[in-house]
Amino acid sequence: MAVTRRQFMTVSAAGLAASSVGALGFVGAGDALAAGVRPFKLERATETRNACPYCAVACGVLVYSLGDKSKNAKSSIIHVEGDPDHPVNRGTLCARGAASLGYIHSANRLKYPMHRKPGTDKFERVSWDFAMERIAKLMKEDRDKNFIAKNRDGVTVNRWLSTGFFGGSSLSNEAGYLTYKFVRSTGILGFEDQARI
Amino acid sequence: MTNSWNDIKNTDLVLIMGGNAAEAHPCGFKWVTEAKANNGAKLIVVDPRFTRSAAVADVYAPIRPGTDIAFLAGVMRYLLSNNKIHQEYVKAFTNAAFIVKEGFAFNDGLFAGFDADRKAYADRSTWDYELDEQGMAKVDETLQNPRCAINLLKAHVERYTPEMVERITGTPKAKFLQICEMIATTSVPDRTMTSMYALGWTQHTTGAQNIRSMAMIQLLLGNMGMPGGGVNALRGHSNVQGITDLALLSTSTPGYLVLPNDREATYADYMKPRAFKPLRPGQTSYWQNYEKFFVSQQKALFGTAATKDNDWAYDYLPKFDTSYDVLKMVDMMAAGQMNGLFCQGLNIMLASPDKTKVMTGLAKLKWMVVIDPLETETARFWENHGEFNNVDPKSIQTEIIQLPASAYAEEEGSATNSSRVIMWHWKAADGPGESRSDIEIVSDLHLRLKALYAKDGGAFPDPIVKLTWNYTRPRHPDPAEVLKEMNGYALEDLPDPADPGKVLLRAGQLLPSFALMRADGKTSGGIWIYTGVYTEAGNMSMRRDASDPTGLGIYPKWGFSWPANRRVLYNRASADPSGKPWSERKKYVWWNGSRWTGGDVPDYAPTVAPDKAVGPFIMNQEGTARLFARAAMPDGPFPEHYEPMDAYIANPLHPKVSTNPVVRVFAADAKSFGTPDKFPIVATSYRLAEHFHYWTKNVHDNAVLQPELFVEMGERLAKAKDIQNGDWVEISSQRGAIKAKACVTKRIRPIMVDGKPCDVLGLPIHYGFIGFARKAHPMNVLTPSVGDASVNTPEYKAFLVDVKKTTPPAQPAVA
Amino acid sequence: MATLQSLDIRRRSASTEAPPQIRSTIEVAKLIDVSKCIGCKACQAACLEWNDLKQEIGYFEGTYDNPTDLTPASWTVMRFTEYEHGDDLEWLIRKDGCMHCDDPGCLTACPAPGAIVQYTNGIVDFVSENCIGCGYCVKGCPFNIPRISKVDRKAYKCTLCSDRVAVGQAPACAKACPTQAIYFGSKADMIAHAENRVVDLKSRGFKNAGLYDPPGVGGTHVMYVLHHADKPSLYAGLPDDPEISPMVGLWKGVMKPISLAAIAFAGVFGFLHYITKGPNEVSEADQRKGDDLAGGKHS
Repeated sequence: MAVTRRQFMTVSAAGLAASSVGALGFVGAGDALAAGVRPFKLERATETRNACPYCAVACGVLVYSLGDKSKNAKSSIIHVEGDPDHPVNRGTLCARGAASLGYIHSANRLKYPMHRKPGTDKFERVSWDFAMERIAKLMKEDRDKNFIAKNRDGVTVNRWLSTGFFGGSSLSNEAGYLTYKFVRSTGILGFEDQARI
Repeated sequence: MTNSWNDIKNTDLVLIMGGNAAEAHPCGFKWVTEAKANNGAKLIVVDPRFTRSAAVADVYAPIRPGTDIAFLAGVMRYLLSNNKIHQEYVKAFTNAAFIVKEGFAFNDGLFAGFDADRKAYADRSTWDYELDEQGMAKVDETLQNPRCAINLLKAHVERYTPEMVERITGTPKAKFLQICEMIATTSVPDRTMTSMYALGWTQHTTGAQNIRSMAMIQLLLGNMGMPGGGVNALRGHSNVQGITDLALLSTSTPGYLVLPNDREATYADYMKPRAFKPLRPGQTSYWQNYEKFFVSQQKALFGTAATKDNDWAYDYLPKFDTSYDVLKMVDMMAAGQMNGLFCQGLNIMLASPDKTKVMTGLAKLKWMVVIDPLETETARFWENHGEFNNVDPKSIQTEIIQLPASAYAEEEGSATNSSRVIMWHWKAADGPGESRSDIEIVSDLHLRLKALYAKDGGAFPDPIVKLTWNYTRPRHPDPAEVLKEMNGYALEDLPDPADPGKVLLRAGQLLPSFALMRADGKTSGGIWIYTGVYTEAGNMSMRRDASDPTGLGIYPKWGFSWPANRRVLYNRASADPSGKPWSERKKYVWWNGSRWTGGDVPDYAPTVAPDKAVGPFIMNQEGTARLFARAAMPDGPFPEHYEPMDAYIANPLHPKVSTNPVVRVFAADAKSFGTPDKFPIVATSYRLAEHFHYWTKNVHDNAVLQPELFVEMGERLAKAKDIQNGDWVEISSQRGAIKAKACVTKRIRPIMVDGKPCDVLGLPIHYGFIGFARKAHPMNVLTPSVGDASVNTPEYKAFLVDVKKTTPPAQPAVA
Repeated sequence: MATLQSLDIRRRSASTEAPPQIRSTIEVAKLIDVSKCIGCKACQAACLEWNDLKQEIGYFEGTYDNPTDLTPASWTVMRFTEYEHGDDLEWLIRKDGCMHCDDPGCLTACPAPGAIVQYTNGIVDFVSENCIGCGYCVKGCPFNIPRISKVDRKAYKCTLCSDRVAVGQAPACAKACPTQAIYFGSKADMIAHAENRVVDLKSRGFKNAGLYDPPGVGGTHVMYVLHHADKPSLYAGLPDDPEISPMVGLWKGVMKPISLAAIAFAGVFGFLHYITKGPNEVSEADQRKGDDLAGGKHS
């Protein structure tokens, strides 16, 4: 490859300042400054086995958290990677799973119960007790008013159609089963998960 | 999945159609690359777009969205007319030889029994077998009778010639035939094909029939129950399999039992059609045990309040008159027929089609409760986000309560993956702020409601007040305790029917198998298919033994696979009628002279000899799989191509019945379908590898990897519309219009449909006005509010649009 | 040598002598099998997460390449190429990033002692503490990989997860890769594996499949399996025959004495200032020159 004059000039000018560092005999200083590799950040982090929350490959993940679960160390998740023992993913993760730490710590995570009053343009923070009491009251009012005990033919149908429930599909089985019990016991028929959508 | 993620490595041929596994399920797709690298397997991808799955395929073929049945029926025609079927398998294990009733017919797009006024097959009585005097189905083992199911199938698919397939689907004939030849190579006993599909098949007005078509192909090829075979639904959410098993659905109860309906006034009415007597001599018809599962479930739900005298609390369950699925609920909301709504981890504002209709519905609610780990468009539907959500908060009277749920890694419990394997996960840290787990939230709500009804009474309090919630810590039930309840246990000592002196299980002991469930109230169990997951030996979902003794990827001691820890369903069919493996290479479960053996749990008792044993398809009354579906499908016993509701062409097979004739169309949506004169481009929606649904736009790194909504279109269309790569364009449908940046690509291949050029464009679903990705118009503005005739899955995958150049959105897309 | 016990150093930038070695370690390599790559960007996500990098969120720029180029916070990016030939289309997807050359142009060009090191296992690593942000590494790199950060004026690139490798773990990208399109191990094992992959690809009609381990840079510790090894440039401009720019040799061989002879007061002052006050106050003049040399490629 031929060296053009312009390239030569550029190299010369830059070389003036920068090449001096090594050539002036500061190799020893450099040695002293030489850093090793970045320390391995998981060395004593706590490892917990979990499953990726996204698709139904449900890859096994190792969740690493700060602290050793001792009394005065608050666990905070610092890293997620694939579980090498898991037969399906064998340690691998996709772009979603590999970035799932960002879901755990997303600035858009909800932290407190919030309440939006009709016609207003904001959410206001409320207590859990207020929220749950309010929901139970709203449910009972609507159910008591609109519960259908018998259909037009006089058949006992015991259904409640004016309230619906969209259920999550990343809940645990246990949360799902309790949700089923809770919803079904009220007579709600408008009940749907994420299987179709 | 009938098989499992790991089993894919055993295959010789992968057909990805109706899905995009590389992009939506990359870590499951790994087993495709393993099959390719280590088993010499080939990969075929059929998709409207050249996807990331296609990027590593051996053969790719384009197809017009919504025409899969035409393609698959064409494959069936090829296999049948070239005798590329697994003859012995088809004869032994399918209903090919069964004789269908005389009245059954198919003419001009309609099967027998159509009622034009009700838009339904009101009379499906002819969609069945001829029965003999004993009530057994008649068969002709010689297959000579023209009314044999396989002969009717041959006649039905005869119209799907390669020329007709090309005309409807746009798939070039040569590519189609190349794919047929490749598929046909798996009709031999020692080769299998696996089918991997997802929402690309379900989200059509013919969704269930798309999948049925593939099941039929796999049966013709003898690929069901075989290693490396099967029909594999790649489920979406991490526990959508478990949640569906648990029936967070309108008309089901856990374990695929069915909720009573209005015609079943009494328990006796309900149980009568569920006797499920065998239709062939010596068959088992496993659903005969339905009552045992149902009664055990009622005992789990209502405990001592469910007695024989009150028909096991039959009236505590609501009865349905129609399906209240997502589309129905949105329609009711928009009509002002609903007051309250819960959204638990489901962003309905983006998830349901026709965003304008969803918005109208949400604004008519009196109250809504959103339980979610993240901010969602649903919780903030009343908030003005410029042209992306142009609303006036003052005019929206819906009261909203938003509850922070803990998420992944912040709770423990079990979940069921797409392979039906139930696996436990452990908690790593607390959630942020005051967030609570879904278990705590639901428990709190139930207990408050229970207390209110116990104190004040009200409309039919019994099912709420009597619902069992006897956990050690009722407000914080331990997931392990809940899983035990789901598994089930003996309520009283269970004597051995064969030896009354012997006790099979003591009262209080966990059930090792659903075979021990009883219809007399002596057992309890919330979901029969999960029985065996938590036994006296411990929590099987916690098992982490990664040994694989056969090398076939069975992992029998990793978690627990329902049912009965069976990893490949219908595995009896991997051996011939005498119990011998069809081939040494595909040996899986076989009869060794004294018992069924192999690496997996066989379909039934391992000591029953093949000549005494029932057919492999034990859930069917005839013990065989069905090429002819009987009356199980509302839109026909054979699949038929119908155009999507936004029909691009008049159906060349029967122009008078262009679309699926039994699709449910709400009155409010009667005028919501587009026509090709106004909307001449076929659109489809899809997922990207970088995002998961509407969640990951809230994750910084995922927003980095795919920051903004775009629309993919081929070079031919872009040129015709003078659109350059990166231009802002407007995409419009009969439902509305959105803006997106153009992605002009060679990966949408120019196709010809019905003799004319057909342009296709595609839109990823992931964007909205909440999150770190660039704000965008939700793409569900464009999609029609109509669903599959069988199960009402919305038709997200095929609709008509137009596209033109436009200006950037009024509010600049700044994060 | 406490910090270097796990990864012994073979070469250091701007140092005349190679440290003597008493140990012998295996050479490692990452094999990127483009024929198995589905472009899912798991490697990009894993890299961002593991290295705690905060890349800015961009815009859709008419391509799936996001970010559209390497940056100081994106040490690897996927490059997508639609390759049409006749009726056939291939979507070639290449993971781009540092190749960890056996004869690293960046290290050769680097004027800051110990800012770039090559370990005996083959990994080429940037030691930020020693980096003066001059950008010579960018000029010296035949693959156009390093990027200079505007935040701290340091050069950044893939470390091959030297922190993970040092404790016997595979790099984050390799571990994450769902389809084993990224494979990690000893260089000998990776070459053997690549040979099998090439046989498989040839059986599928890719007559020119082969391993990319370019001799012009002494071979690399990141290698590719390509379906079209005869035309590397098809893959978003992967150099067909990379070699270190003769300019780098020139400044080392000829320019250095000239430069030394012409050292100006400001230059010496700048350097002394750097040594005494720390890297953030390295002369802006050096930086600008580095920027110019790097062709304005950084953000």
